[in-house]
Amino acid sequence: MRKKSHDNTENRKDAARVAAALCPVSPLLTVGCLLLAWQWISAREFISHILVPPPAEVYQAFIDSLADGALVKHASVTLEEMLYGLLLGVGVGLLIGYAIAKAPLLESILSPIIVAFQSTPIVAYAPLLVIWFGSGIASKIVTTAVIVFFPTLVNTIVGIRSVSPNLRDLMRSLKAGRWQMFRHLEAPSALPVILAGLKTSTTLAVIGAVVGEFVSQGSGLGYLVTSARNLYNTPLVVVAVLTMTAISLSLYGLVAYVEWRFLVWRRRPSL
Amino acid sequence: MKLSLRELSVSFRDPDGRAFSALGPISFEVAAQQFVCLVGPTGCGKSTLIRVLAGLLPATSGSARCDGELISRPMDQFAIMFQDANLMPWRTVLDNIALPLEIDGVPRASRYETVRALLPQLHLGNFEASYPAELSGGMAQRVALGRVIVQAPRVLLLDEPFGALDALTREKLSLDLLRLRQRNVQTIIMVTHDISEAVLLADRVLVMSRRPGTLVEDIAVELPRPRRSHMIYLPEFLRLAKRVRESIETLNSL
Repeated sequence: MRKKSHDNTENRKDAARVAAALCPVSPLLTVGCLLLAWQWISAREFISHILVPPPAEVYQAFIDSLADGALVKHASVTLEEMLYGLLLGVGVGLLIGYAIAKAPLLESILSPIIVAFQSTPIVAYAPLLVIWFGSGIASKIVTTAVIVFFPTLVNTIVGIRSVSPNLRDLMRSLKAGRWQMFRHLEAPSALPVILAGLKTSTTLAVIGAVVGEFVSQGSGLGYLVTSARNLYNTPLVVVAVLTMTAISLSLYGLVAYVEWRFLVWRRRPSL
Repeated sequence: MKLSLRELSVSFRDPDGRAFSALGPISFEVAAQQFVCLVGPTGCGKSTLIRVLAGLLPATSGSARCDGELISRPMDQFAIMFQDANLMPWRTVLDNIALPLEIDGVPRASRYETVRALLPQLHLGNFEASYPAELSGGMAQRVALGRVIVQAPRVLLLDEPFGALDALTREKLSLDLLRLRQRNVQTIIMVTHDISEAVLLADRVLVMSRRPGTLVEDIAVELPRPRRSHMIYLPEFLRLAKRVRESIETLNSL
């Protein structure tokens, strides 16, 4: 009896060890399985190649679009729109979020406008933004900024409001000034929540940029998707879509790295 | 520094907007360099009193003064220690203790030097790079004590600083506190629930009534200094502890 229960815990420990070892590679396994399934489905031609091109064709389209510079050109346009949009949206979100967190009156004044903006689908008013800001890069930056503004705002408010009142008292008793209060207490204690918001924002940024590019044509990965679709060049559509995924995953990873690097105190205590 | 409280009272508003009285009116004086312990039933306004003295909460009526100056904001040379360690989780032990110096604009090298010299006395020698999440309750409270010591205060306000610790750890910490005080004698006001702790540490024990807390008894403790942990077996200690206990029990039976 006792032997058996011992075995059980041993088995459980083994299972845990296997799970821990698989953890870093498990996303790769998932991607590998998906690729195999894709290859298998397209090889059997259950579905026309125009609808689901085989991986080899997509790879060829990837190489071709790299060779003629189209992919890099469009991707860098989209990336540029995303980065400026993030800068603008996150910047304004941080400022207004901080102001609202400090002045509840401001919240009651601004929140109807902000919530109305947020609950209207961006796709619906993106054409308006193009009318206002032109069909160039500016309208895409604004679309991106609008979409990343909200998570930043909400997380900033939550972050600043959750500052420990006891630590506030401590800082007051040390006669900390307004800037010191911000620098040494509010900013570091809100940072984890704000970075969590930034992770959401980076994944939304690509949506903002691509929606903008759908609405007003010209360049960018969104434009590449539309133009390739019009030519029934499905492999190129897939390439463009996967490039968006890669861009947004990389930005997400960058923020996750910043989080890991700067929030040392939040990593598992070693004791 | 001498403290004097005159007819001090504080009232708050409950969520319905009705005012209720949390403290006082209470009057007493604390001579310079005296160590006073406040004991009393839970919720009698002891912590409120500490917050008024710290300049964190305005008095509703009456006044609290330090050497004649009205306390209406956090005063120079005052330091406060809270019920929990109240450390910044994103700062290491070293940076938590150095915080007051950093706020005062002391350069990094010199504040680290000051703190590093202090760490062995706090038994934190090997923990300067640790984060609060990695510390035990007693260690965290010693960090908080260190943060008070670097301020070199002349008035020390202690709001049940060792309340969450086990009996032996708290006794050790309170005697550490007394030892550190020998070098730089401050006026101390300390809130505690623990009668033995109050009698062992203080020159005077003030017993407060139930809410709104007023002063019901002022008991002088004439045990020799330096105080030692074995003094809790002295007849004089027992007599005083009994007197404080009876005073609190009379309150509870009312």
